[in-house]
Amino acid sequence: MWDYTDKVKEHFSKPHNVGSVEDANAVGEVGSIVCGDALRLSLKVDKATEKIVEAKFQTFGCGSAIASSSVLTDMILGKTLDEAAKITNRDIANELGGLPKEKMHCSVMGMEALEAAIANYRGQGVADSHLHEDEEGELVCKCFGITDKKIERTIKENHLHTLEEVTNFTKAGGACGSCHWKIEEIIRKVHKQELEAKAEEKPKGLTNLQRMKLVQETLDREVRPQLQKDGGDLELVDIENKNVKVRLLGMCSGCQVSRFTLRDLVEAKLKEFVEPDITVEELRS
Amino acid sequence: MTPIIYLDNNATTPVAPEVLAALLPFYQTRYGNPSSMHTFGGEVAHDVEHARQQVAALFNSRESEVLFTSCGTESDNAAIRGVLEALPEKKHIVTTRVEHPAVLNLCKHLENRGYRVTYLAVDAQGRLDLDALHHVLTPDTALVSIMYANNETGTVFPIQKIAEIVKEQGIILHTDAVQAAGKLSLDMNSIPADLVSISGHKLHAPKGVGALYIRRGTKFVPFIIGGHQEHGRRGGTENVAGIVGLGKAAELAAANFSNETRQVAGLRDQLEAGVLKAVPHVRVNGDREHRLPNTTNISFEYIEGEAILLKMNDQGICASSGSACTSGSLEPSHVLRAMGVPFTAIHGSIRFSFSRYNTRTEVGEVLEVLPDLISGLREMSPFWARRDKM
Repeated sequence: MWDYTDKVKEHFSKPHNVGSVEDANAVGEVGSIVCGDALRLSLKVDKATEKIVEAKFQTFGCGSAIASSSVLTDMILGKTLDEAAKITNRDIANELGGLPKEKMHCSVMGMEALEAAIANYRGQGVADSHLHEDEEGELVCKCFGITDKKIERTIKENHLHTLEEVTNFTKAGGACGSCHWKIEEIIRKVHKQELEAKAEEKPKGLTNLQRMKLVQETLDREVRPQLQKDGGDLELVDIENKNVKVRLLGMCSGCQVSRFTLRDLVEAKLKEFVEPDITVEELRS
Repeated sequence: MTPIIYLDNNATTPVAPEVLAALLPFYQTRYGNPSSMHTFGGEVAHDVEHARQQVAALFNSRESEVLFTSCGTESDNAAIRGVLEALPEKKHIVTTRVEHPAVLNLCKHLENRGYRVTYLAVDAQGRLDLDALHHVLTPDTALVSIMYANNETGTVFPIQKIAEIVKEQGIILHTDAVQAAGKLSLDMNSIPADLVSISGHKLHAPKGVGALYIRRGTKFVPFIIGGHQEHGRRGGTENVAGIVGLGKAAELAAANFSNETRQVAGLRDQLEAGVLKAVPHVRVNGDREHRLPNTTNISFEYIEGEAILLKMNDQGICASSGSACTSGSLEPSHVLRAMGVPFTAIHGSIRFSFSRYNTRTEVGEVLEVLPDLISGLREMSPFWARRDKM
């Protein structure tokens, strides 16, 4: 049984805005009956203000697909198209208090239907089409009709790292498995691009002050939340040139595998986000 | 809490009160180890042997042909691996596309270990082509493993005919009878199979116990190596309470067999007829003529199974679905796909499975809420509105 949040159950039991807007001027439809879920979103957009004044949905799918659709209509009502366009699948999932990871593709479907509806209003898309067929690119997952473009985009937007995550978010690779190697290749490609982009962004040679700030930010954003999940934490003690000194706290202090934590998490993240030649040293109290 | 209407007996069954009463002393006062030298343990060994007689009676077999295991999956593993290891020169296995994962995934695993596996197809009703079976058997075939009855659709394979074809070639036949036990005859005098798996918890015994029938003379290497228990064919201290429970459950099943299957089939037919009458655009999956008495698999088209299960759950009704969304993987039921059931119907498939503890009142209550629940979900589905164009 899935561990759905109360908010998901609520939206599934009593979904908001079910149906079809009669004089809709923006309609987006994604998914298909073969894939096991589909969403048709119809909107009435006020021409003068571009505000969404009415939003309704029809969904074929599981509990979380219905809940994602329902909460999406709540989120976009009253927003302008530009505001609505900023909504990501993460926002939809967060609004529901989270979704089981295997169900993240339901939130992706919500975002895609919204994009399709906005494109339809702006004359860029066909109302009754399936996004799968629309999306350009090479077909990677033949079972669910997912292209490399869509996989690339989802990896970037959701910071995905593994094949399993890609399957959870896009369904790609979820059936016969023959495309797994292609998906893994795409993951590697995207990560390489991201690393190169970051390398270019980074100023050549940080000042001491810049480095300290960047190290602290990276530790707070990328490292500590992960450690905290395991009941641990870490504090930054000092930075000497490019040698960062930290102290592990809580469950992490004295942990048998702390050297792996340091190398594979702390140092890896700092190398990725600060400087490639940074080193980390553990201070033991 | 809403009272539960439990129509998911192919997943697991409630422990029968008589079974519980029989097994409880083995957790309380009769906790001895059957292998011990003292009388306190030795008496327990007698209870295990009594349970073996009860299970042997279900198979109409010798007691020495019954091996106790921890579950249906272990029985399947022990049978298949035990035979393969005993016949190391043979590298071919025959099974079907609709087996339980306990057999199917084991066969896929063995494919990576140097075995060649033939997966027999089924037709739209889920029936096997016996001619095809005949043709795929080769001198290299070590084992044929074909289930007796399908857990998802209830379709029953003609195991007697299958056994005749396989035995004619001198090949070993294993059958997973986990769903058939207690519902269909397991008389091993008339079914010439060599190995048969059953599981306790599908038969009103507790979870964590199973049995494997091994016909005398069958080449077999133990799967779990350890102590001398089970005459050296399965190491590990016996799950005495579970074994005693399985014995009692087998006895009850044998005693109530014909009565029960008629009564349970009546409930199943009542539900099926009621649904077909009250709900349009439904289909029954599987072979309705050769089917377990307790199972029906119904597709509600244009809606998705997990949503149906959740809506039923709100009403306290328990069932299962072949939908992709319920499986944890994204794959819809391999059984329904093997039968070529259209996707529109697979995603909305629901399995109702009954036991002797269900009542006509319960079926009436389900029929009262189900049609509204289905039409509510259909109103929400984009495909329902345009069903004529699909």
